[in-house]
Amino acid sequence: MTIIVKKTTQLIAGMVFMYGIYVIVHGHLTPGGGFAGGVIIAGSLILVTLAYGGDFLKLVKEETRTTIVESLATILVITIAVSGLLFGTKIFFNNFLPKGIVGHLVSAGVLPLYNIFVGTEVAASIFIIFLSLIIFKEESPK
Amino acid sequence: MIAYVMCFILFLVGLYGVITRRNLVKIAVSLSIMEISTFLFFALIGFIDGGVAPIVDPADPARVYVDPLPQALVLTAIVIGLATTAMLMTIIIRLYRKYGTFDIREIKNLRG
Amino acid sequence: MELTISIVTGFMILGALYAIHAKDLLSSVIACAIVGYSLVICFLLLKAPDLAIVQIVVDTITLIIMVAVVINSSREESYSKLDTQGYVSAITGILIIVILLYFFIVSIQTLDILGKSSLRMAKYYIEGAAQKTGSANLVTGVVFDFRGYDTMGEAIVLVTAVLGVLTILRLKGKK
Repeated sequence: MTIIVKKTTQLIAGMVFMYGIYVIVHGHLTPGGGFAGGVIIAGSLILVTLAYGGDFLKLVKEETRTTIVESLATILVITIAVSGLLFGTKIFFNNFLPKGIVGHLVSAGVLPLYNIFVGTEVAASIFIIFLSLIIFKEESPK
Repeated sequence: MIAYVMCFILFLVGLYGVITRRNLVKIAVSLSIMEISTFLFFALIGFIDGGVAPIVDPADPARVYVDPLPQALVLTAIVIGLATTAMLMTIIIRLYRKYGTFDIREIKNLRG
Repeated sequence: MELTISIVTGFMILGALYAIHAKDLLSSVIACAIVGYSLVICFLLLKAPDLAIVQIVVDTITLIIMVAVVINSSREESYSKLDTQGYVSAITGILIIVILLYFFIVSIQTLDILGKSSLRMAKYYIEGAAQKTGSANLVTGVVFDFRGYDTMGEAIVLVTAVLGVLTILRLKGKK
C-alpha cells in the first residue's frame, strides 16, 4: 500500500480500537453493547492488516493465537451462565450479582461481564475469517 | 400499510434474483437483499408513534418507549447473517479455484 | 413517518434491481452494500440506534469479504441469451411472485397501521425492565437477561461458522 494509507492507519487505528472498547464497556448505559463493539474492534484489526500487508505481520502465528482467544472467550461466557446455577437460586442464566443504581457504570449485575466476553469472542471470530481468506490467497499456487 | 408492502416487494426482488440468475455471486447478493428486507420488517412492527429510543432516563418516568423486543431479535439476526454470508463466500472461492467459472450451469455439466 | 420510510424503501428497491441486472460483478457487489447503508437510515428513522451501529459495521465487513472474492476473477457475467431453461425459470419466478404478493396483501389486513402497535408483550417488557435487570439500555437488558438463550445460541453459531471456514480454506495439512 502507498505511504498515505500507512500514515493514516498509524494515526487512526488506535482511536478506532479505543472507541470499540468504549462501546463495549458502556453497553448497559448507551446504545451499543457487546456485538457492536466487538465488530468495531475487528474492523480496526482488519484495517492494520490490510494497510501493512501479509508478510509483515506473520499471519499464520496470529491466526493460531486468535483461535485460542476465541475459544477461551466462549468458554468464559458459558461459565458465567452456568455459575448462575450455583450461586443464588437454582436458575440457569440468573443475574446474581447486586444490581446497583440505574445509570451508574458499575450496575446491572452480570451484564457488563457478558458484554466484555461476548465482544471479545465476536471480534476474534471476524478476524479469523478475514485472516483465513488472506492466508488462502497467499498460499495457493499461482 | 404501504410501508409493509414496499418491504415485501424488496423481499420479492431478492427472491426473483435467487431463482433466475446463473452467476454464483449474483445469487449470494440476492440472498443478502432478502435478509435486509426481513430486518426492516421486524423494525417496522415494533414502532410506536411518538416513542423515543429505549434508553431509560431515571428522571422522567412517564415517557413512551419504542418496543425493545423486535430490536433484540434483529440484533442477533444481523450477526448471524454475517456468518452465513462469510461461509457462502468461502464456498464460492473454493468452487472458482477448482472449476474456473462462476456459472452454475457449466459447473453442473462438469460431473466428476 | 410512513411516507419517508416508503421513499427510502423505494430507493432500496431501485438499488436492488440494479444489483441483480448489472454486467460487472464489482458494481453489483457495491450496489448490495448501498442497499445495506440505506437500511441504516431506516433504522434511525424508526428510533433504533443499537441496530444502526451494528448494521453499519457489519455491512462494511460484508463488502470487504465480497470484494476479496470478486477482485481477482474475470469480472463479467458471461452469457446473454435465454434458452428454454431460462424461460422456464423466469416464468416460474414471476408466477411465485404474483401468488406471494396476493396472499401477503390479504394477510396484513389484520395488522394495525404503522405506529399503533398491537404487541401485548411490549407493555410488560417496558414496565419493570429497568428495575428488574438494573440496566438503563433496555435492548441490552432484553438481549442478555430476558433472552439469554438466544445470545448463547448466537455465540455457538459464530464459533461453528468459523470452524467451517477454517476447514474449507485449508490447503496444507499438518506436517
